[in-house]
Amino acid sequence: MGFPHKLHSRETPVLSEHFGQAEARSLDGWKKRGGYQALEKALGMTPADIVSVIKESGLRGRGGAGFPTGMKWSFMKPGDGRPHYLCCNADESEPGTFKDREVMRWTPHALVEGCAIGAYAIGAETCYVYIRGEFTEPLLYMEQAISEAYSAGLLGANAMGTGKRVDVHVHKGAGAYICGEETALMNSLEGRRGNPRIKPPFPAVAGVFGQPTTINNVETLAAVPQILMKGAEWYKGMSRSNPKSTGTKLYSVCGNVRNPGTFEVEMGFPFKDFLYDLCGGPLDGRKFKAVIPGGASVPIQTMEEADATLMDYEGFVAQGSMLGSGGVIVIDDAQSMVRVIARLARFFAHESCAQCTQCREGTAWTTKILERIRDGQGTTEDLDTLMDIAENMTGTTICVLSDSCATPVVSGIRKFRSEFESLIQGRRVFPAMAAVA
Amino acid sequence: MGGVKSPDAASSSASGHDSGDDYRPVFYGSVSSELDTLLSRYPTKMAALLPALWIVQRERGWVSEGAMAEVASLLELTPAYVKGVVTFYTMYHQHPVGKYFIQVCTTAPCGICGAEDVVKSFLKHTGTGELGTTSPDDRFTVIEVECLGACGFATPVMINEDFIESVTPDSVPTLLARLP
Amino acid sequence: MAEEKMVSLTIEGRPVTVPEGTSILEAAKTAGILIPHYCYHPSLPIPGVCRMCLVEVEKAPKLAASCATSVAEGQVVHVHTDRALEARKGVLEFLLINHPLDCPICDQSGECELQDFTYQEGRADSRYRDPKRFNPVEDFGGDVIYVPNRCILCTRCVRFMDDLAHDTVLNVSERGDRALIGKFEGKGLTHPWAANVIDLCPVGALLSKDFLNKARAWELDRAASICPNCTQGCNIMLEVRDNSVARLKPRPNEEVNKYFICDYGRLNYRWINRQDRADLPMVRSGGVLASAEWEVAIRAAANVLREGRVSLVVSPMLSNEALFLLSLLLERNGGTGVFRVATGDEAPLPGVEDLALRRDRAANVFGAELLGFTRSDNPLESLADGDVLIIADDDLNGVDAATVSRARSIIVIGTTVPDSISPAVILPISNFAEEEGTFTNLRGRVQRFTQAKAAPGLARPSWLVLGDLLGVIGLQERFFLPSEVFSNLAQSRREFSGLSYDTLGMRGLPVLNAGQPVAV
Repeated sequence: MGFPHKLHSRETPVLSEHFGQAEARSLDGWKKRGGYQALEKALGMTPADIVSVIKESGLRGRGGAGFPTGMKWSFMKPGDGRPHYLCCNADESEPGTFKDREVMRWTPHALVEGCAIGAYAIGAETCYVYIRGEFTEPLLYMEQAISEAYSAGLLGANAMGTGKRVDVHVHKGAGAYICGEETALMNSLEGRRGNPRIKPPFPAVAGVFGQPTTINNVETLAAVPQILMKGAEWYKGMSRSNPKSTGTKLYSVCGNVRNPGTFEVEMGFPFKDFLYDLCGGPLDGRKFKAVIPGGASVPIQTMEEADATLMDYEGFVAQGSMLGSGGVIVIDDAQSMVRVIARLARFFAHESCAQCTQCREGTAWTTKILERIRDGQGTTEDLDTLMDIAENMTGTTICVLSDSCATPVVSGIRKFRSEFESLIQGRRVFPAMAAVA
Repeated sequence: MGGVKSPDAASSSASGHDSGDDYRPVFYGSVSSELDTLLSRYPTKMAALLPALWIVQRERGWVSEGAMAEVASLLELTPAYVKGVVTFYTMYHQHPVGKYFIQVCTTAPCGICGAEDVVKSFLKHTGTGELGTTSPDDRFTVIEVECLGACGFATPVMINEDFIESVTPDSVPTLLARLP
Repeated sequence: MAEEKMVSLTIEGRPVTVPEGTSILEAAKTAGILIPHYCYHPSLPIPGVCRMCLVEVEKAPKLAASCATSVAEGQVVHVHTDRALEARKGVLEFLLINHPLDCPICDQSGECELQDFTYQEGRADSRYRDPKRFNPVEDFGGDVIYVPNRCILCTRCVRFMDDLAHDTVLNVSERGDRALIGKFEGKGLTHPWAANVIDLCPVGALLSKDFLNKARAWELDRAASICPNCTQGCNIMLEVRDNSVARLKPRPNEEVNKYFICDYGRLNYRWINRQDRADLPMVRSGGVLASAEWEVAIRAAANVLREGRVSLVVSPMLSNEALFLLSLLLERNGGTGVFRVATGDEAPLPGVEDLALRRDRAANVFGAELLGFTRSDNPLESLADGDVLIIADDDLNGVDAATVSRARSIIVIGTTVPDSISPAVILPISNFAEEEGTFTNLRGRVQRFTQAKAAPGLARPSWLVLGDLLGVIGLQERFFLPSEVFSNLAQSRREFSGLSYDTLGMRGLPVLNAGQPVAV
C-alpha cells in the first residue's frame, strides 16, 4: 500500500522518515537505517539511567493522555521481586487516528526496538504488543519483525548476548475501541471482557496478571530509540512554543482536506499553516467549517479557534480543545454538524463496555436524540436534555468513554447551535408526535 | 413480558449451534500444538482465550457454541464465561457468514467522505441488499463497522483479512469482480 | 486481634472512626447513613459499576464512588449536597429510561431498591421519548427466571455465582445498552445455592418461580426464624400471608450464613402449611378416640405415663425447650429417648467458610444430642413389651406396625398423628413456625426463632404442653413463657449455662461458653 504523500518541507520527519520505504520493514533494511544501535546502547546502561534520559527529553504519552513517559516508567519499582510487564497499546481505534498503523506497517522494527528498550528500562522481561484485530497489515509486519529479531538474537532469553531476557509478543484484539483504555487493555490481555478497572490500584502497582505494569502507546515507544541515540537535548530542542511539549507528533489528517494522511511536525507548529499549507487546504469550492484536532474525544474547534492554535498540549487547550491522539478530522461547510455529531455518538454507544450506568444508557440515549434531531424530529427540550445528559456523563464513570461521548455534544451545541436549531424549527410535526412532545 | 426461553432447549444446527453429537474439535494435531505455543507466552491459561478464539474462527469461519465449550474446557474456564467474552468482541462471528465478509467503515471521518455511498454500492453489487444478511449464493455478507483506523484513506473496507483503502462507490464492482 | 490502624473522617457532619481500608460507604453505615447503591454488596467483590453511590469529597475534583473509595484521614464527605444528589438523580434517570413501567405486575414491587431510591432521590417524570429496549423473559434454570428488561446490570448475580458459588454459569453478554445477563445453553442455575441471586437482585429482574405472582411484598407478615431444614441453622425470615408461609428469605448473620440460604432450605417450606394436622386434644375412652379439653387430655396422658417405662421417639425438629422438657420425663421415668433424621448430600457454598446444606435434614439434631437423645435408624429397637411409647412428632414412616404394638400405650405429642397406630392420648402441638423457641446448630450455636403464624385448631406450643404435663406429674412448676423454660434449661445443663433469650438476641451464641456469653 502506498504512502499517500511526499514529505512536505515543513515537516520534521523523526518517526516518519522511512514511511513509504518497503525495505525499512526488514531487519537488514532497518539496520542499514541505524536500527538496534539504541537497543545495544540501552542494554549496556542501567534501567535508571534510561529512565532519566526519557524523563529529561520531555517525551509525553502520544496515545492521547499526554502523561510524561519518564515519570510513568519511574513508577515501576525496581527489585521488588515481582515480574514486571510492558504493554504496547496498538489498539488505535480513536476515530480520526491512524498514525500507529503507519509506524507498524512501515517501521515495525522501530517499535520492536522501542518495546525492548522500554521493557528493559522498567525491569520487565515481557512486552505484549496489543494490536487491534482489524490491523491485519500491521499484525503481519510486526509478527515478521519480531520473528526476525528473535532469529537474530536481538530478543529472547539472551538479548543481544547480554544474558538479559527480553520477550516481545503480539496479542491480537478482537474489535473493541474500549480496549485502548489502559486498564481495559490489561483485562483484555488477561482473557476477560475489555472492562476498564477502577484506579487505584494503578497499573504500576497491580496491573496485568496483578503485577506491576506500564502501558505505552506505539508512537511513544517508537520515539524511544532515537531519543536514546540522539539525546534528550535533541528531543527537547524540538519545541516551538511551550517547553512542556517537546519533540514531534504524528498527526493523522482526514476528512474534507485536499491532502489527507500522516504528517509529522514539531510541537508548537501553527495549526493554520498546517491545515492550509501542509494539508493543502479545503477541497474545491469548499470552506473549512470545523475541526476536531485530537480524535473524536476532544472538543470540536471552530475555525477561529483552530486558526489561532499552536499545535502542542497546552496550545490546543488554550483554544478550546485538546491535542489528544492527534487525529485531525477536518469538516467543511458541505457537512451537517448534527449529522457528524450524531454519528460520533453512535460510535461511542456501540463501543461502551456497559459497566457504568451513565455510559451504557447515556451514550445510547444521546444517539437516539441526535438522530431524531438529524431526521427532523427534534424539539428544543431535546437540546436541554442533551446538555443535561452530557453533564451527568462527565466525571462520574470508571473511564472517560462517557466523557468522550459528551464532549462533541457539548462543544457542538455550544459552538454550532444554529445548525441544531434550524433542524428543530424545520421539523414536520405529525399529529401523534404532537401529543407526545 | 414476552415468550420464555427454556434453559435446556436442544441445540439445533439450524440455529447455528454444533450439536453435541457431530461437533468436531478444533484443537487437535498441529492446531493443538499452536495452542500450546500460545499458552507458553502467558502466565495464565485464561490469557490465551482471545488468541484461541481467533484460531477457532480461522479454522471454522465462526465461533460456535460447541467451539466455545471446547475452548472453555481446554483453558479451564466455563462455557458461560467464554460466551461472555465472545459476545463482547465484535470481530468474532457467532453464526456463519458469507464466504466474503465485507466490513465498511462509516464512522464520522469516513462518513463525511462518502462512506454511506460505498455501503450502498456494496449492498447493490453483492446482491445482499440488506446489512448483516448473507447473499443468496452464500458469497457475501456486508456490514457497517466502526472506525477501522485508516481515516485518511477513506473509505477503508475489510474483506475477510484483506484491508483495502480508499474505496469509492465506483471502485466496488471491480473489487468484487477480483474476488475468486 | 492485631493492632488495626484507625482512620477518622467526617461524613455528613458526623465524626466517624473506622479501620484503615474501609470504604466510605461502609464507614457511612457506622454513622447511620445509608448511601444509595446497587452493585455493592458486603459479601461480593467490589465492582463500582452502578455509579449510584456517588458522594462529594471535599478537595477532590470528581465525585467519588463511595463503595470503591477508601477512607482517608481528615476526609470530609458530603452525601446530600446538590452536586451529589444531582449525580445520583442522573443515575436513576438513566436506569429508568429502558426500565419498563412494570411495577403493577412485578413481584419486586414493595421491596424494590429502584423504587425506593427513585422515591427518595429520583425524578418525578421521564424525559425519554424513544422506544425502550426489549428482550424476552428467560428461564435461567433452578428456581430463577430472568426478566432482562428490568435488569440494571449491577452484576451481583454474576459475581455471586463466580466468587461464592464457584460455578460461573452467568455472564454479562453483549456490550453497551445491548448488554444483559447471559448463560450458556444447557447449563443453568442448578447450583444448590443459586437462588440467592434472587435476593441479591435489587430489582425484579431475577425472580423466584416458586414465588411468582403469589403475593405482594407488603401483604406479607415477617418473623425472624431459623431454617428448619438442616443443621446449619441459617437465619431466615418467615414471610406469611393469610396464616400460610409464602416464602423463606435469608436473614443476615455474619457467624452462620452471612446473607444466604440454600435452595433446598428456601423451597422446602410447604410442609409448614400442611393441612393434615393434629389440631384437637384427644383421649381414648372405652376404645373410642374422642376430642377432649386440654386439662382432661393432659391428665389422661399423665395417667398413661404411670403405667410403665417410657420409650421416647422425638423429632430433631423440636426446639431445645421441648426436648429439654421431654428429657426430664426420661429422667423421671427411666427409659430410652431416640430420634431419627432424614439425610441427604452435603452441598457447601464454597466461597463462604463453613457454610453448607448439611447432611442431617433437621434443625435441632445437635440440640437433641446435647439433651440426651441418641440417633437411631431403628427408633423402636429398644421398645420393650409394656413400655409407654411417646411419639414426639415422628411420623413413624417405615416403622413396623407389629413393633409398635409391643407398647402398652401410646401418647402422641406432635403436629401430626402417625398412620395405623391407636394412641391413647393425642396432644396437638405447634410446629416451629407457630411458636417461639431455640435450635442448636451443628456448631453448637443456640439461636432463637419467633412465631410467624397461628397454630391450627387447639394446637398449643410444645413447651407449654410439656410444661403442663410435667406440672401435673409433679416434676415442674408451670411455665408461662418459653424464655422461662430456657432459663431452666440453662440452669440445668452445663453446656447452656449463662445463656438466656436476652443474651442470645437475634444472632445467637455458642454453647459451652459457660459463664462467659459474648454480648450481642
